[in-house]
Amino acid sequence: MTSVVVKDVSLSFGAYDVLKQLNLDVPEGEFLVLLGPSGCGKSTLLNCIAGLLDVSDGQIFIKGKNVTWEEPKDRGIGMVFQSYALYPQMTVEGNLSFGLKTAGMARDEISTRVARASEILQIEPLLKRKPAALSGGQRQRVAIGRALVRDVDVFLFDEPLSNLDAKLRSELRVEIKRLHQKLANTMIYVTHDQIEAMTLADRIAVMKGGVIQQLDAPQVIYNKPVNRFVAGFLGSPGMNFLDGEVEGGAVPAFGIAGTKIPLDRYGFDHVAAPGKAVLGIRPEHVALGDAASTMPFSAEIGVELVEPMGSDTLVWTKLGGQSFAFRVEAERHISRGDRLCIGFDPARASLFDGQSGKRI
Amino acid sequence: MVEQVFRAVPDMAAVAPATSRASGLVGPSGPRPRRTFSRRNIFIYGTLFVVAIYYLLPLYVMVVTSLKGMPEIRLGNIFSPPVEITFEPWVKAWSTACTGLNCDGLSRGFWNSVRITVPSVFLSIAIASVNGYALANWRFKGAEIFFTVLVVGAFIPYQVMLYPVVIVLREIGLYGSLWGLVLVHTIFGMPILTLLFRNYFASLPEELFKAARVDGAGFWTIYLRIMLPMSLPIFVVAVILQVTGIWNDFLFGVVYTKPDTYPMTVQLNNIVNAVQGVKEYNVNMAATLLTGLVPLVIYFVSGKLFVRGIAAGAVKG
Amino acid sequence: MTPMHAGRPFRLFRNLNAKIASIPMILTALVIFVGGTAWTVFYSFTNSKLLPRASFVGFDQYERLWATPRWLVAVENLAIYGVCTLVFSLVIGFLLAALMDQKIRFENTFRTIFLYPFALSFIVTGLAWQWILNPNFGIQQVVRNLGWESFTFDPLYNADIVIYGILIAGLWQGTGLIMCLMLAGLRGIDGDIWKAARVDGIPTWKTYVFIVIPMMRPVLVTTLVIIASGIVKVYDLVVAQTSGGPGIASEVPAKYVYNYMFLAQNLGQGFAASTMMLLSVVIVVVPWAYLEFGGKRRHG
Repeated sequence: MTSVVVKDVSLSFGAYDVLKQLNLDVPEGEFLVLLGPSGCGKSTLLNCIAGLLDVSDGQIFIKGKNVTWEEPKDRGIGMVFQSYALYPQMTVEGNLSFGLKTAGMARDEISTRVARASEILQIEPLLKRKPAALSGGQRQRVAIGRALVRDVDVFLFDEPLSNLDAKLRSELRVEIKRLHQKLANTMIYVTHDQIEAMTLADRIAVMKGGVIQQLDAPQVIYNKPVNRFVAGFLGSPGMNFLDGEVEGGAVPAFGIAGTKIPLDRYGFDHVAAPGKAVLGIRPEHVALGDAASTMPFSAEIGVELVEPMGSDTLVWTKLGGQSFAFRVEAERHISRGDRLCIGFDPARASLFDGQSGKRI
Repeated sequence: MVEQVFRAVPDMAAVAPATSRASGLVGPSGPRPRRTFSRRNIFIYGTLFVVAIYYLLPLYVMVVTSLKGMPEIRLGNIFSPPVEITFEPWVKAWSTACTGLNCDGLSRGFWNSVRITVPSVFLSIAIASVNGYALANWRFKGAEIFFTVLVVGAFIPYQVMLYPVVIVLREIGLYGSLWGLVLVHTIFGMPILTLLFRNYFASLPEELFKAARVDGAGFWTIYLRIMLPMSLPIFVVAVILQVTGIWNDFLFGVVYTKPDTYPMTVQLNNIVNAVQGVKEYNVNMAATLLTGLVPLVIYFVSGKLFVRGIAAGAVKG
Repeated sequence: MTPMHAGRPFRLFRNLNAKIASIPMILTALVIFVGGTAWTVFYSFTNSKLLPRASFVGFDQYERLWATPRWLVAVENLAIYGVCTLVFSLVIGFLLAALMDQKIRFENTFRTIFLYPFALSFIVTGLAWQWILNPNFGIQQVVRNLGWESFTFDPLYNADIVIYGILIAGLWQGTGLIMCLMLAGLRGIDGDIWKAARVDGIPTWKTYVFIVIPMMRPVLVTTLVIIASGIVKVYDLVVAQTSGGPGIASEVPAKYVYNYMFLAQNLGQGFAASTMMLLSVVIVVVPWAYLEFGGKRRHG
């Protein structure tokens, strides 16, 4: 059963279209991540689902009910915000119970729910404190608790971890994932952080310019991006892009400055017409040394720059005259000026049309 | 557009804490030649001191004059302290000084001013704060247009609108009454107060408002339970601004009230500038000080917040 | 799932509470500010006397206005008062602020002293200075008692200089605020600018004139608007200090309007005079608004 359905939703502020005819189906219990750069409309979409922004056109359904013009409170949603948005003058308990009190719920029921939520999130010792006396991580936990007590079907997260430092962020990330496994609610999660997206999502919707570019499982998005934007947005260090040309013939190949990369193993989406194209290879898909010679494509290159990252090392070089980076284990000693043999399997690469940027 | 003008206003808070800028630079390791009486310092403090005397002089003169008897005033010098201190001028100014017809002193004007100021402050702030909240958080089509008209209207000289307001007040039967003046103060206080509150509420995190809506709170619940408790400082600023502004008003008082309901400033002017009778300068100065007392007390008590309040109110003219 | 079309709700009732809360603002903006102004301008073309009457006389009221010596004196006074207030309060305000910005001790005390007059009404200010400038008891008499028998300082009783007597009181009341605004402006400037100027060996006065003051443009604009909007409205100060005297020597436009509307029962003249005041504000504000916001996009 679908939990949240977004149907042909458009939103414009004056002449500026933030969302364009957007469609989205979220099955019950799914963890969906809306991923994209700032200004892509991901937060706007979430606010529309929550009912905090009125759509210009289209409809929104939650649990089969058309909620397009419902008040946020009547949509069966709970929401967690980037800035926590805790009511500063109320205690943690007050924050958790405010919505329930507003709805006129009985006292016993309120305390049962608050107790249950605070137990799940382990914030019982904090109940009497004010938000100012909490750390960032504790505050975000309370904010999640506020959504939890509402006992709703759909959780909406608006960049909930962006205000936290790196260490806390990864801790809470695990906690949110655990929470999802435990509650099995539908969760829609907005972020610009690809690691959060990859680790948390059942499916990721990559957005740009008010349009969903690709909606699929994280691995598919990572390995088979539908266009150059999605390919470049995911992955750190980023994918290498080589400008060149697809050459027809018995064995299709990709040519850059005299070098030919055979494409017979590449899984074409459709038959490629010869012409300008971009070949994308992730730095970790590049092999080195002996392993390289077994690859369908290999070449000898000169090392230009070495970036040790601790867990591994990024090596910068030139391939066909274009900047190219690859990853090697940290134990490997490579220094500037070394000449090495590298290779990769074009089957793991992505080929994009030079004009439209779409996957070929 | 006009709001850009007011943008410097919140900066006023920066005036208060002094000398933090270069504090990282001081802290010489060795004994450093201290020249407290350098020419530069003498110049700075000398100038400031002389200017301070110029600013304090009128207050001093008013106080000493109000404590002298009339014979001493006629003989002496306005700057000399009173030989014989008397509080009689104060008593007279408060309870028996004459304004044309009646001789019950400034006390009546004082109570009129209280009866005008208290409801005006309450009403104007209540209306403007709710309105500013609606503008900041519940935007609807056309709201900004009316708001722009309102703020631009703050630049129109009051003289242009004096008579139309007379007509409006007469139509609703409030012309000449205290409540009519309360309404006038509410109307003309609206641009600056609405701007003040709108900008303040807009500066609060928007997500807080969104969270409250998801929690099911409506327009009034969010205002009363979330926004009000977070906004005490701005309410204090608004109260200071309105109390001093309304207490010090003369033009509206003289136009929209009758002698019975004149506020203190109008009555003061009538006492001091009365044509008939012998001029009693000591009583006049006592009356003047009495009238200035309320804003002065507010000023000295509220300090930093006052600076913000009047800076916002200065725009009102 | 059945796509039941919950239709868009009726627009007027969406967000109803916010609209109700805005009714006072909308009424004020439309009825008082727009309506009232239009009404006054409209009736300034009539020969209304005791009561407004819609019998049109074209520009007669304006011709009469500009032929009335009392109005001419009022305009001249306002011009002198305005220019002097602008120049003196900016200069004095800035110099005081610059002195206050020298990391001095007792800054709070000095600021409290410079600013307290601003808490007082113009009526109180005017009456206080009326007393100090009283020739029989005030400064003039004190100096004469010291031996300078021929010393004369009686601005409030000398038609030629009475407006300067009012100016003294006005500056006393208002410069404290200007000082505060300027000080806020100075404090708002990045401290690194001063360090950079010191490293470059630029003398202090040069740093002020060529670097700091140009950087204070936004504050200066604000200050200018505040001063200017105060000047046009000057009324209570004159009433308290001189009642427009001696004779009509210290008349100002705002007082002229009040006299004709409420005392002389010549509404038409009052309307024409207040429309002229409006015009003067428009002449000041519109070019400024154009310079400041023209071409630039508004953003909320």
